[in-house]
This record gives sequence, structure tokens and C-alpha cells, in this order.
Amino acid sequence: MRAARVLLRPVGFAGFGLLTLVLLAAAFGPVLWGGRAAAVDTGNLLAGPSAEHWIGTDNLGRDLFARVLVAARLSILLAVAATAISLLLGILLGAAPMLLGRRLGRLVTSAVNVLVAFPGLLLVLFFAVVFGVGARGAVLAVGVAGAPAFARLCHTLMAAVSERDYIAVARIAGVSRIRVLLRHVLPNVAEPLVVNATMAAGGVLLTFAGLSFLGLGVQAPSYDWGKLMQDGLNGIYVHPLAALGPGIAVVLAGLAFNLTGEAFAAMFGLGDSPGRSRSLEEPREPVAATPAVPGTVLSVEGLRVTIPGPAGPIRAVRGVTFSVSDGEAVGVVGESGSGKSLTALALAGLIEPPVRVEAGHLVVAGEDLMAAGAHRRLGTSLAIVFQDPMTSFNPAHRVGPQLAEVSRFHQRIGRRAALARAVDRLRAVRIREPERRARQYPFEFSGGMRQRAMIGMGLMGDPRLIIADEPTTALDVTVQRQVLELLAEVRRDTGAALLLISHDVSVVTDVCDRVLVMYAGRVVEELPAKDLRTLARHPYTRALVAAVPDMDTDLSRPLAVIPGLPADPVHVPAGCAFAPRCPLADDHCRAVAPALVAGVACHKATEVPV
Amino acid sequence: MKIPTSGRWPRFALRRAARLLVSLWVLVTAAFLMIHLVPGDPVRAALGPTAPADLVLARKQELGLLEPLWRQYVTFLRHLLSGELGVSISSRLPVGETIAQRLPATAQLAVAAFLLAVAVAVPVGVAMATLTRRGRGRRVELAFTSTNVVIGAIPDFLLGVGLVYLLAVQTHLFPVAGRDGLDSYVLPVLALAIGPAAVLSRIVRVEMLAVLETDYVRTARAKRLASLRVHLVHALPNAVTATLTLGGLLLSSLVAGTVLVENVFAWPGLGSSIVSSIVAKDYPMVQGTVLVYGVGVLLVNTLVDVVLALLDPRSAIGES
Repeated sequence: MRAARVLLRPVGFAGFGLLTLVLLAAAFGPVLWGGRAAAVDTGNLLAGPSAEHWIGTDNLGRDLFARVLVAARLSILLAVAATAISLLLGILLGAAPMLLGRRLGRLVTSAVNVLVAFPGLLLVLFFAVVFGVGARGAVLAVGVAGAPAFARLCHTLMAAVSERDYIAVARIAGVSRIRVLLRHVLPNVAEPLVVNATMAAGGVLLTFAGLSFLGLGVQAPSYDWGKLMQDGLNGIYVHPLAALGPGIAVVLAGLAFNLTGEAFAAMFGLGDSPGRSRSLEEPREPVAATPAVPGTVLSVEGLRVTIPGPAGPIRAVRGVTFSVSDGEAVGVVGESGSGKSLTALALAGLIEPPVRVEAGHLVVAGEDLMAAGAHRRLGTSLAIVFQDPMTSFNPAHRVGPQLAEVSRFHQRIGRRAALARAVDRLRAVRIREPERRARQYPFEFSGGMRQRAMIGMGLMGDPRLIIADEPTTALDVTVQRQVLELLAEVRRDTGAALLLISHDVSVVTDVCDRVLVMYAGRVVEELPAKDLRTLARHPYTRALVAAVPDMDTDLSRPLAVIPGLPADPVHVPAGCAFAPRCPLADDHCRAVAPALVAGVACHKATEVPV
Repeated sequence: MKIPTSGRWPRFALRRAARLLVSLWVLVTAAFLMIHLVPGDPVRAALGPTAPADLVLARKQELGLLEPLWRQYVTFLRHLLSGELGVSISSRLPVGETIAQRLPATAQLAVAAFLLAVAVAVPVGVAMATLTRRGRGRRVELAFTSTNVVIGAIPDFLLGVGLVYLLAVQTHLFPVAGRDGLDSYVLPVLALAIGPAAVLSRIVRVEMLAVLETDYVRTARAKRLASLRVHLVHALPNAVTATLTLGGLLLSSLVAGTVLVENVFAWPGLGSSIVSSIVAKDYPMVQGTVLVYGVGVLLVNTLVDVVLALLDPRSAIGES
């Protein structure tokens, strides 16, 4: 079944098809064309291609096409033999830690590591000296030279397997080491080994052709593809196909092994070929342009974010409308998957195709983000603090220049002055010894320090709005407090507005003036932060608040949770998205989606006792 | 780049030097043992079955093969330290002299090919990553990956033969073989560089695709930097660090790959001499050449690690 699927993919089809042809030539070539390949025709020496001799004849008038086909058997046999030697030696060396015990095993492993550093061809030449010139010597040389790479692979694979419980059980049960290897370890690493051996066989085939080409491999009167190429090269002026013909055969055979290996790898899930995701171009619903609300630093209407997916477009944000006044702090809360982080990224203009952003209007810090060229001007007026400070700084650059870059690029300040400002901003976000710290790399900073430096980066310009996407989630509790206090202080000093995205209800109530509650890509309630715990009307908001334990929570009882699962963004129900989890929902709720009226989107808002 | 004054650099240098020394010792010992691993009598094999017995004996005496193994090893090491590589059996010339004469031609070829491969692979990889990012440009992606697989499957000496046919035999643009003037470099360098360039560009693309999705590139975009700056200053260095490890492996296999290509182009380098010495069983010559190749590879690997540590300081503290 799986094999059939692999065959249907272009790589698998091409690989298996080529491999079948090559193997057929190897099996029947000498039988079918052996006579023709050996027939000397003195009247037709070194002839060019003709209807009778497709790629001409050699210096004894023998048909080269037939010789190429006949050479398939020897070429393939030698390659397979050498691969088998590599594989066998590789398994033995790779299993050394398991067979010989820890100390000897480590010695073997480090020897393998030293050998792997040398290129294969150099090892081949070394062993070719030892084993002597000729087909037998070359097989041994190529085989032994390939062993270190296999040993490294086996070692890695076996190390992963031998950690597993059933190996430990077998050991404790007193099963002998060799038996453990043969019965328990090898079957579990066989798949990747076979895949790699198949691909390696392709490489070995080419190496072998190279050796014969150099005159170190197959010797006359035997011939493989490399030998044919060597014979052909001398006459390349008069008769180029004599050298190119066997060359093409080598490449095709090499490709056959490689592609087959790749196809197997994809089948076993070892390769890196990603699954195809269809890019769905569905008709866009037109969004009517609307003017921004005056006196605001952020104004958005009907924001929609759509992600194309294999099972249909995911409507992650489905019409979000709100605004933030100058200097105001607005919080956005909701479960993961409610679309709050995508809303933040869309507002920051950081969403890239194929994810689609649409809105009636989207005005941030006076810039219309739906218009071209507005993004660049946001560099100084919008500050963004991301969730994970550990990954949000560029590991390859020092912290100071990463901050200074903002001023250098947007305010056209010189390198030195920009760096001085960066140091000053680091000091402003309470980083001790800012001069020294500015010269350090991000990995030398702690998580809390990085988040403060990130806030400092936003302060390089003159921000009117700070968008903070879960700024404290990745930090531990004591550091969370410091970062929140720093944000509050920055707002006092600069008068910037704040849009704080968080799943943490208590953080939002502490920091913000106003709260938006999001569920399944929509704002379901909007209310003053101080009323969140007491005056919420939407059943989801109330459930969310109830799920937060406080000092009065009875710890002897299970903590409150919201029953059910968040809405599936691919199949959002027609009615209220919260209806399947809502204790108050009726048929009307399930059929008609409620609009956000007077701060709440719920048909039952009036029935909820406050 | 200024080196920070903390303790991790000396420790890195120490660890890396130790690894280099161990590898060197393995190489030297292997080269020494090579002649002893040859089954039968190596000198008899070299001189042929018709050579008189006393000549074989004299040569053995000359090569020091009659002494106990440990003393031969000590002498070998002592000679090596004073830069002596012995005398060729067939040409009777000092091996060191021959190598010194032929090494520059090989090194020029390898370095030029490596530089060309990198100069082609990095822009191509970056461009392909940008064009095919997030499911865009499916056709471009398919064309790129399939050409890449095919080119990667053609060994360098075959490319050499193909290039000779196309650009020398057919069009007479470049000389068929030999080392004479700048245009004689074009074909061998191309033959060596095309394969590594294909492999490297594929890796640059994959690395670049991964880096473009990272949080710190999002940060760079949040700073509203020019797209060129985001790609080249923020993304590329991180993609290159990962690419370099493989680039180093490629360079060292390039050093060895010269052997085949030199034979295609009758290039007067080490590659053609090692093959003829293997065929002629000229063991001192082979020994010396293998040593030089091996040392070259080890130096390249060390150099790559150092550059890697400078580009990405974390790799200097981590277990390497």
C-alpha cells in the first residue's frame, strides 16, 4: 500500500523505473549483447555513430552501445559488493559500544569520528594502495573506505534505539549482546539503513567509475563503465560519444539508486520533503473601506486573517473592530487559538502571504497599513514586544547594534551616535552596565534582560503605540512583575498607548484600562478592566474569569475549567461559536451569530445575572 | 571581529588543537603503516618479479624496511619533523621536492573551485529561498530541485569530460588539457565547482527558509528595515553558519576531487602524480602525497571550525 503510494509520486516513479531498467540491463546485458560487444570489426575502427552502431565503435571496431549495456552487470555488481562491505563493516563498528562495552566502544567511536573527517576519495586511494590495483582491490578499497560513514550512522541510530525500554528489558533478562543486536536493535534500525545503503550504492557506483577511469579499478580485458570512459577519453577529439556514452549510463544508474533511496526515505518519513499544502485562491469577500476613528492611535474595522490550509482556509480572525485612544492601555484576552496573537501581528503589519489580512480600515499611529509604503514609517512610531525573548534577538549580532540599527536606518544617525543612544535606552530599561551589555551577544543575556532590551529597542524611536504579544508568558513570575512595571513606567514617560495581548486575565486587569475578550476569531465582549471580574456579561468571559484561581479559591475542590474544546477554526459553526460549550445556549444561539452590541456579543447577555 | 576577553576562547582553542593533533597522529600513523599493510613484499612488487634479489634487498635497506617496526616508526616521525618525506622508488627524486613542485597547481584549482562554488551557491540559494518561500513559486522550486538533483548526481570528472566536449572540442573556446595561461583554468575549475555549487545552493536555500521563519527575523521586520537588509544582514549570517559546516566538508572533498579532474585535464598537480605512483607502486611517493592531502583536509576542517566560532560564538562554547 505504502509502496504503491511511493510509486505514484514522480520521484518514486522515476527512481523505480530507472532502477528497473538498470537492473534488467545488468541481468540480461551480457546474455543479449555479449556477442555483439565482443565482435571485432577491423573494417570499422573508431567509427562514429551510425544506424548500426548507435554510439560508434572502439579501436577494435566493437560496438560501443552493446559494450555499455554489457558493462552494466560488472558496474552494478562491483558497486553492490562494495556497498555491502561498507554496510557490514559499518554495522560492526557502529555496534562496537554495544558489543565491546563502554570503554573500547568509545575508542572505536572516536576513531570513526576521526576517519569520517577525511573525504571518501582519499580513503579509497589509501586503501587502493593497500589492496592493490584491480577490480578486487578496488571493491575492498571502496568498501572499507565507505565504512566510517555507515559506522557513524549506525552508531547514531543504535544509540537512539538502545535507550528504549525493551532493549533494557532484554539486557536484564540476560540475553547475550550479539542476540540483542541481531534480534532487537538491527530490525529497528533496518529501514533508515536500507535507505542510506540504496543512496550510498549510487555514490559508490560513481566512485567506482572514477577508480576505473583512473586506471585503478577494473583492468583490461574486463570493462565497466569507468574503464570504457577511460578508453574513450583519449579519443575525445575524434569520437566524443565513446567517452560520453558510458558517462551518461553512470549518471542514469547513479540517479536510479539515489531517487529510489529518496522515495524510500519519503515513504519511511525520513526525508525532508514537506507535504504539499494547496494554496487556495478562493474568492475574496469585498470589504467596504471605512474611515479611521479620529483621536485614536490604533483603529481597525472588520479585520480578517485567513490562513490557507489543506482542509480549507482557516479563518483565524473573523471581523475584529476596535480602536485604542492616545495613551490608553487595552488588553486582549482569550484562550490559545482565539486569534489574539494573529490580531496583534496583523495590526503590526507583520503577516506575510499566503496568510491573508483584510480590513475595512487599519490605521496604526496615523499610518494607513492598507496603503503601500506605510510600513516603513512605523519603524519609529510603533514598538513591538514579542512573546519569546530567547528567540526574538538575532543570535549572530551583538545586542547594542541590534538596537542602534533602528536609529541608523530610520533616523539616519551615524553608527557611533546610534550606539550611544542604544546604550542610553538600555540604561532606561534598567539594564546594569549598559556599555558592557551592549557589546554582548543575546545568549549572554537572561530572559528577563532580553525582554527589557526588547522594550528598549522599541524605545529607540518615539513610539506612540506599544504592541506587546504575551510579553511575560515565557518569563518566570518574579521577572514577569519587573517587565510589567517597566512597561507601565515606559508608558508614563512616553505617553505611548499599549495593546497588551495575554491569556492571563490577572495581568490584563492589573495593567490595562479596557479589555477585549476574544473567542474563535471574534471580540465577544469589551469592557473596562476593573469590571472584568464583577460585571462581565458574556458567559465565556465569566467562565474565563472563574477559571483563574485567586486567594479565596477553595483548593480542596478541583479548579474550575471551561468545559469542551475551543472552536475548530476550519469549521466555525454558523451561530455563536461558543454555543457548543455554553450552558445558556439555545437553538437561536446555534443558528444566528450574535453581533457585538453595547460591548457584548451574546443573545443571552440580558439573561445573565450580574 | 574583536575577540571577547572571556575564558571560552582559550578553551575552544585548546579543544580544537587537541582534536587536530589526534587526527594528525592518526593520519601520520596510517601513512606509515600503509606500506606495511600491503600484502606480500612491497619492494618486490614495486620493482617487478624480474628484479635481481640483491637490488630488492638494497632498496629495502634504503627504505629502512629491515629494521624493527618501532624503530622504523621513530625514524619516520623524526624525518617527518625535519620535513623529509623520503625518496621516490621510481624517479629517485626526493618526494618532498616533487610534491612542492606539484602542490601549487592542485591548491590553486581547489581554492578557485571552492570560491566559485560559494560565490554561485550563496546568491542562488538566497534568491531561491526568497522566491519559493511559503509555498510561492512552485514551478521555480520544482525546476530548481530537479536540476539540482541531476547536477548533483554527475561526478566532477564526468562533468569535466562533458565540458571538454562542449567547450573545447566543439567550440574551441578553451584548451582541452594542460596548465598554460588563465583560460586553461576555466574548464577544470568549472568541472570541480558545479557539483559543490549545486549541493551548497540547496543547503543555503533550506537554511535560509528556516531562518526566514525565525522570531528574530520577525523582529527585524518589526523594526521596518529594508527587505534587503533583513535578508542579508539578519537572515544570511545565521543561514551561513549552518551552511559552513557542510561547505567545509565540500571543500575537503574538493581537495580530494582534484585527483580525478586533474586526470581528465592532464593537470600537472598532485592528483595525476598520486595515481601514477599508485599504479607504479611507488610507496614513498604515495605516502607523501596522502600525507599532504590529509593535512590539507585537516587544516580546512580546523579553519571552518574557527570561522564558525567567529560567526556564531555559541558554537565555541558548545560541545563540538
